[in-house]
Amino acid sequence: MAGITPLTMPKFGLAMTEGKIASWTVPEGAKIEVGQEIADIETTKITNGYESPVKGILRRQVAAEQQDLPVGALIAVVADAAVPDSDIDAFIVAFEAEFASGHTQERAEATPEPVILEVDGRAIRYLETGREHAGRPIVLIHGFGGDLNNWMFTQPGLAEDHWVIALDLPGHGGSSKDVGAGDLAALSAVVSGLLAALNIPEAHLVGHSLGGAVALRMALDTPDRVASLSLISPTSLGEEIDGSFITGFIEAGRRKQMHPVLEKLFRNKSLVSRDMADDLLKYKRLDGVAAALSTVAAANFANGRQKEILRGRLAELSGLPVQIIWGDADEILPVSHAQNLPVGITIHIIHDVGHMPQMEKAAEVNRLISDMVVTRNAST
Amino acid sequence: MSKKSYRAAINEALRQEMRRDPTIVLMGEDVAGGAGAPGEQDAWGGVLGVTKGLLGEFGRERVLDTPLSESAYIGAAAGAAATGLRPVAELMFVDFVGVCFDQIFNQAAKFRYMFGGNARTPMVIRTMYGAGFRAASQHSQCLYPLFTHIPGLKVVLPSSAYEAKGLLIQSIRDDDPVIFLENKMQYDEEDEVPDEAYPIPFGEANLTREGGDVTIVAFGRMVKIANEAADRLEKQGISCTVLDPRTVSPLDTDAILECVQETGRLVIVDEASPRCNMATDVSALVAQEAFGALKAPIRMVCPPHVPVPFAPNLEDLYVPNADRVEAAVRAVMGFKARELA
Repeated sequence: MAGITPLTMPKFGLAMTEGKIASWTVPEGAKIEVGQEIADIETTKITNGYESPVKGILRRQVAAEQQDLPVGALIAVVADAAVPDSDIDAFIVAFEAEFASGHTQERAEATPEPVILEVDGRAIRYLETGREHAGRPIVLIHGFGGDLNNWMFTQPGLAEDHWVIALDLPGHGGSSKDVGAGDLAALSAVVSGLLAALNIPEAHLVGHSLGGAVALRMALDTPDRVASLSLISPTSLGEEIDGSFITGFIEAGRRKQMHPVLEKLFRNKSLVSRDMADDLLKYKRLDGVAAALSTVAAANFANGRQKEILRGRLAELSGLPVQIIWGDADEILPVSHAQNLPVGITIHIIHDVGHMPQMEKAAEVNRLISDMVVTRNAST
Repeated sequence: MSKKSYRAAINEALRQEMRRDPTIVLMGEDVAGGAGAPGEQDAWGGVLGVTKGLLGEFGRERVLDTPLSESAYIGAAAGAAATGLRPVAELMFVDFVGVCFDQIFNQAAKFRYMFGGNARTPMVIRTMYGAGFRAASQHSQCLYPLFTHIPGLKVVLPSSAYEAKGLLIQSIRDDDPVIFLENKMQYDEEDEVPDEAYPIPFGEANLTREGGDVTIVAFGRMVKIANEAADRLEKQGISCTVLDPRTVSPLDTDAILECVQETGRLVIVDEASPRCNMATDVSALVAQEAFGALKAPIRMVCPPHVPVPFAPNLEDLYVPNADRVEAAVRAVMGFKARELA
């Protein structure tokens, strides 16, 4: 039916199969804009604001608050005021009938899965989405102790308009636990190696925390392979770091120990869920992870200080579009590291956000990344 | 990471550990099958197919079909462990343990002590337990309380496929004799299981959910049943902590006491016969160490003190289920002190 847009339960991260509307934040009948948060969606792992992908009138809230729904299920209907209620009713009935039939299965199977590729003797896991879009890909590089699921709110949003690749650094996620020296040179060589193996000559790099320093190091080492840099709360811009986060993360063996460590990552502490802590404990149990994390920590954050500081080399990047995104409530790395940087680097300080802006303010971060990429692609 | 059955998770743990350490050998009745006869060489892979395919990769040197004599091959495994191998012996049904009590209780469990700490016995006995399989009273017992009673043994009760893989890897790497109990009703249950090897440490309970009203301590397959009951109770406004001890020797007594301190109410779900089982053991622990925290008497959900019935309808009544757990939780929630008078 023309003019009617279904809004469906989104998929946050690889493991999400169902979610529920924690609360609707706009009422039925309200006029909504593209990108406006209209509900909070809760999964067992995390709660996140849901943004409308379209503009129009929120004609119907199909999902009740607190009702568990599978990914892809109808949660709301958006249409112009001119569409009669009877059409909306008919649309909902038709959608739900189709959803209840086998179509859901096909949609679930179409969900992209990460793959593992041998890169210079190491297994590297990555997830590729939006391959159909033209232009240079966006490569997402997580931080210490993270994995490609740190981009659960970033990758799906960006992939609507861009080719996006998120990888697991060595020692992390589903990649080999052999980290080599574990320093920025070793880690950035792996990212370069993956792009070479995928025949990607040039990419937009987005790095978070240690992944930001990895991206920066790669831009310094191989400038012609980097189209733009978006660094989110990156390391390597100053010596200070909360060393107790690193040691706490490495040492935590139980959920009760892991929970307070993870709370340091977020402004909104309630975002830390049992599942989030559980998943990290499961990761940390894998053979080789303890040694890998210790090596990476010793190579980058020995004795509670950052080791390799690249601030002095930022001037070498002249001509490369660089933006830095930081939460003003970051407890791991001081936001002051974003001050006094060379002219030409754009700084975005996001208010009331901790060390994980891409999770706490996903929409805003996605827009900043997308704007950077679109502008850069248009200029060449 | 992918969905794997409890059976596949155990097979993968054995395979990955055998690749890592050439001193690991498997032995038991029909762990391969077909030895010495023409025809298919990996005919069985264990009576329920858990070790299927390992013969092909590791050969008859490391996957040993034994005669039908538990006393002989469990004793051989203990000796092999004491002299440098790392055997994983399969005692098909735990019900057969009677004929090798001496080898386990008086030999393997005691070597470290009898030889002044100079001997290690890194052996694992994998064995099936539990009712519900329509296998009658001689193939359906739990018996893990017997092993728990013996100092010198470690006793492991994996509650899911994820737990089974990690706990078996830890069992194989451990330097003491370990009894690893697999619930035969769970072999086809699936769970997300990492492809890589990972050990789960012994003596660390897992809280499969956390709630403020009642602590449910459950063992092995009963963890799933306790969670099923807790799901239902949640909808009725009663929130439960479900604690899976993972290992009954060592037992994470700190975690149990901590949870009881928080909730003040305790229900224990144990599939083993009710006299001198894990439920009575945990009850005694809490009564002695956390009496002041209790707001209601402890409830134990266990089978009746009878052999496991063969009649299906009676067997279904015998095994604790979610209805009984739910009723026990309601009973402790509804308790009023004046009822004691």
